[in-house]
Amino acid sequence: MLTVNSINCGIVIDHIAAGNGIKIFEKLKLDEVDFPVVLLINVSSRKLGRKDIIKIENKIDVDLTMLGLIDPNITVNIIENDKIVKKMNTIIPEEVQGLFKCKNPRCVSNFDEYVTPKFHLAKANGKIHYRCGYCEELTTYSI
Amino acid sequence: MSLKGRHLIDPNDFSLSELDEIFDLADRMADDRDSFGNICNGKILGTLFYEPSTRTRLSFESAMLRMGGKVLGFSDASTSSVSKGESIADTIRVLSSYADVVVMRHPKEGAPKLASEYSLIPVINGGDGGHQHPTQTLTDLLTIRRYRGTLENQTIAFCGDLKFGRTVHSLISAMSRYKGSKFVLISPAELRLPGHLKSSLLEKHNVGIYETENLEEVINQVNVLYMTRIQKERFFNEADYMRLKDSYILSRSKLKDSREDMLVMHPLPRVNEISYDVDDDKRAVYFKQAEFGIYVRMALMALLLGVNVNVNRK
Repeated sequence: MLTVNSINCGIVIDHIAAGNGIKIFEKLKLDEVDFPVVLLINVSSRKLGRKDIIKIENKIDVDLTMLGLIDPNITVNIIENDKIVKKMNTIIPEEVQGLFKCKNPRCVSNFDEYVTPKFHLAKANGKIHYRCGYCEELTTYSI
Repeated sequence: MSLKGRHLIDPNDFSLSELDEIFDLADRMADDRDSFGNICNGKILGTLFYEPSTRTRLSFESAMLRMGGKVLGFSDASTSSVSKGESIADTIRVLSSYADVVVMRHPKEGAPKLASEYSLIPVINGGDGGHQHPTQTLTDLLTIRRYRGTLENQTIAFCGDLKFGRTVHSLISAMSRYKGSKFVLISPAELRLPGHLKSSLLEKHNVGIYETENLEEVINQVNVLYMTRIQKERFFNEADYMRLKDSYILSRSKLKDSREDMLVMHPLPRVNEISYDVDDDKRAVYFKQAEFGIYVRMALMALLLGVNVNVNRK
């Protein structure tokens, strides 16, 4: 079994659905940093079967809203002196502004440079969708 | 809540009692139009038509002129500053000082909503792509209310292209808010009401919905028959079009089994989906419907402007 040392001080992004780890790694631009980062993929998980984990040996700001949009099951642990000092869940925002575009090609938000796309949370069939504040079409965030 | 200063982007922006306020005034205007001939003296309607629309634009212009107001605007975006790349926000901010109320038609969905966020005057959505056409919906509601006396407990059949028709989507959504609404949806399989709209109606309002491909099967069971045009290019194949095209044309002979007091409605313009021999049947109300469109737009603008409408009260 592969073992990875625990980190002394930093952040662990856990319970990432298998396959999303690399996407979050890229979204957080962790390939450009100068401190140690570990991306673990396909780790056994009781809850998810398989999961991805990112360990970052530094305290950086992570956008819990952005993580929530990608995968609402993600947890973020803050580590200090080898201990978890804070455990945070991602946020599924009720309102989203500017993080992604409306999928409707006829929506005004895709044409007028003045507009910042905005969305309201709309759950449908157990999935998370966002309803466009302009054209009302449903868009699902994907990375 | 007063309607003064509000925008109309979606028919559901207004509560049922606010809609009643508009319809009550429209009724008074229809019954005694001349008394309202000066209530908008000194007021200006701005018409921002980014795509051609004869009927809606003329209906709004007529409504404002009949109340003594004036009209300015453009009916073709290529002749305005828009063609130079001006944003909607800039256009509406400038127009806010030129007019007192504005109606906007735009090919992009959500454009009137965007305009309303920057406007200092009421914005009325005059149609935004395939999204909404709220004043057509108000017209349809007023027509049903005038003939039936109520908007509750109505069974309405929609016939034709229910997939792409925005007037159908808007009216179904608006009628779902009234008690006892039932819908009969008549269309070929390819042009059925979108699933997301149907499920949201069932979840939110628990309305009765029955779907069929056959108009004659259900024509004797409904209070209102709302016809829409069905375009050949919407069919996936020629064989289906040939098989079904006649079933979506309403002729006088098909009306023989329908109720004596059923209403035949159509947003107009029609092409061939209602035969001319239906026009003089007393159930055909589509030309009256177009006339009621003037009164509902008069009432709407008067209330958004907050002018004195107590002109013919005893």
